[in-house]
Amino acid sequence: MSEKMHEQQSTGAVQTTGHAWDGDLQEYNNPLPRWWLWCFYGTVVFSVLYWFIYPSWPVGQTWLKGFGSVSYTVTDKATGQQKEQDYRWNTRSLLLEDLSDAANNKQRKDMMAKVQAADYEQVLKDPKMMEFARSVGKGLFGDNCAACHGRGGQGVAGLYPNLTDDDWLWGGDMAQIHQTLVQGRNGFMPAFGQVLKPEQLDDVAEYVLTLASETRPSDASERGKEIFHGQTGGCYYCHGADAKGVPSQGAANLTDKIWAVADVPAQKNLPDKKTALKNFISSGVNNTRIMPPWKDRLSPTDIKLLAVYVRQLGGGKQ
Amino acid sequence: MSEETAQLYQKRIQIYPRSVKGRFRNLKTAALVLAYVIYYLLPWLRWDRPNAPDQAVLYDLPGRHFYIFGLTIQVQDIFWLAGALIIFAILLFFVTGLAGRVWCGYFCFQTLWTDLFMMVEHWVQGERPARMRLDKGPWNREKFAKKGGTYALWLLIAFWTGLTFTMYWTDAPTLVVDTLLGRAPYPAYFTTFLLTATTFVMAGLAREQVCTYMCPYARFQSAMFDHDTLIVSYNQRRGDGEKGRAKLGKGLKTREERQAQGVGDCIECGYCVQVCPVGIDIRKGLQYQCISCALCIDACDTIMDNLQWPRGLIRYTSENALSGKKTNLIKAKTIGYGVILVAAIAMLTWSILTRSPYTATVEQVRQPLYSQLTDGSTRNTYEIKLNNKLTAPMTVGIGIEGATGAILDMDGMERIALEPQERIKLLARVQIAPDPTGKGEHIDKITFVIKPLEGVTAEPIRRRVPFSTPDDGR
Repeated sequence: MSEKMHEQQSTGAVQTTGHAWDGDLQEYNNPLPRWWLWCFYGTVVFSVLYWFIYPSWPVGQTWLKGFGSVSYTVTDKATGQQKEQDYRWNTRSLLLEDLSDAANNKQRKDMMAKVQAADYEQVLKDPKMMEFARSVGKGLFGDNCAACHGRGGQGVAGLYPNLTDDDWLWGGDMAQIHQTLVQGRNGFMPAFGQVLKPEQLDDVAEYVLTLASETRPSDASERGKEIFHGQTGGCYYCHGADAKGVPSQGAANLTDKIWAVADVPAQKNLPDKKTALKNFISSGVNNTRIMPPWKDRLSPTDIKLLAVYVRQLGGGKQ
Repeated sequence: MSEETAQLYQKRIQIYPRSVKGRFRNLKTAALVLAYVIYYLLPWLRWDRPNAPDQAVLYDLPGRHFYIFGLTIQVQDIFWLAGALIIFAILLFFVTGLAGRVWCGYFCFQTLWTDLFMMVEHWVQGERPARMRLDKGPWNREKFAKKGGTYALWLLIAFWTGLTFTMYWTDAPTLVVDTLLGRAPYPAYFTTFLLTATTFVMAGLAREQVCTYMCPYARFQSAMFDHDTLIVSYNQRRGDGEKGRAKLGKGLKTREERQAQGVGDCIECGYCVQVCPVGIDIRKGLQYQCISCALCIDACDTIMDNLQWPRGLIRYTSENALSGKKTNLIKAKTIGYGVILVAAIAMLTWSILTRSPYTATVEQVRQPLYSQLTDGSTRNTYEIKLNNKLTAPMTVGIGIEGATGAILDMDGMERIALEPQERIKLLARVQIAPDPTGKGEHIDKITFVIKPLEGVTAEPIRRRVPFSTPDDGR
């Protein structure tokens, strides 16, 4: 029979299924190989095996969990010990397996150890460690710092310092940034509202605006200069005789283009700027600009990475 | 057909191909030896490559590098693979349009491995009649030994085929030792097992069923056929004569006697059918099962030589030639495929020859877009990605141009040494004072120039990127 069919196919005369519809409508019969059918039955059996290996059917409130399991390494939060753990097969345990075994993970650990052993000087000179610090630092910054300083470190004018410029209130070298992170900072400026008369406040504000080249010197600013550098105001104690600020005090540099603390640029015209500055000098800063210490929250290596990250945000000058 | 009910499934008829000697058999054997020498020995070939694996051909997936002799292909050059595949596809179209299923008959791995497995079968179990007798006979000691021996040899070949395939993806000597000692990684065992199993089943058991029922190429190659395409065909006019074929018999011994009686040259020896690996009778014309292996030509030529009659009762010809017309090999289709093929090869070659030894991209950091500095100037920050594609170290210098008074600050990494195949991201800060030229010029774009300084000579890469200032959009 098969021989005959072969012959029919070869000669082009194809067998039909034997039915005829509407008088002359017939259907060719090109028989499938028998093994092909068995392959199909095989896939059906294979799918049943799958039910038992992998999670499959819902059963009441639960489901068939499957016999397959995945093992991965976990770190015990309490003891810090690493241990192997078996869990039933699912995509989450596959991910954990991937994370604990992947070559990338080893690379990360090696790099972490390298940073741990290096000092700031060495990290800053090494392109690979800097790349690593930027990548890990970005995550650490996002988790711990971005709530106040913003995702990109640009801060909020008048409230939280901008870390991307080159004006560093508390100093921009590695030792100073490290100290800021470890111990935190508490900005302070006395309120002058009770100390100075309103017209004196006016004069001082006028003088400070000339320092930043916002306006030209005038009689008022000359009077303000005397208050600033004299015993009446005593501003130079903290801001320095040259008004360029003192990083150890967190006192702002008043001679550059950046208003690190008082939000003067928010005002459009000169009288408004003066008023804003006057109000600021009048009320001072007291327990409103606090950066918490991080030494108990972050590991020394994390602090090192964050310090390098923050430094490269602003360029670390001064 | 009325007396029998139609069967929807077909039982497979076992094929016992007889061996044959001849020019096409020699050609096939030569192709087989060449392919096997390349396939089995290539992973063992070493290549002196400093700072990289020393295997001549290695597809290193975890390291994301393909090493092919002197060429190292990186992830970003993977489109070359697409180019190569396009070339192979057009080459198939070109050759098939011209000479039919040449690929199937001589080079396809299904054909090659089936051929090898048949050789083993022939060596252990003997010629066609012996094999048929063995299959029909009872399961005695001889049958167990011969069948078992054949399967064992097949399995050995299949295993080595699978292992060789795996060797292309990792260091070959290490893999062989590790596999035999049971310490190779799981994917290596899985790949080797899969290839062993498929080789054994496809070349040993499934054979012509693969070409007839599974292979898509076998089917769509017929779409590239035309009346000028070379096909293996039986010369029906000469073979059948006026009264048909007849065996050599009384009064039918010589050509002259036969022609006088109107009988053709085919002596119905059946040799052409017996040698056919797909089990068809070529005398019934062009059939979709035919893989153009040309073994029937060798078979018929052998008989014709013995009878001292002219060869060519079965030969390569075309449908046009069969119907007495001229075969036109140079036709629009051939020329078209040829032109596209040459163009594709030229483009791929050009792309490979002019590849850059390194890549560089520059991206502006967008959060924040810019920052104001104490001296009133504006700063933008950029991330520079460098990739050394060589297996040798190089030093690269980074600078900016197109902006007067712009200051680049990279913490001393403007000149950077790259390890072989190193990829690195660097941060670049650029600051520009307000109105640096004094002409009220507004700078909104700057150009980074990255040029190789040591270790390689290549064109510098220029990347023009935006420079944002507070004045933007005013």
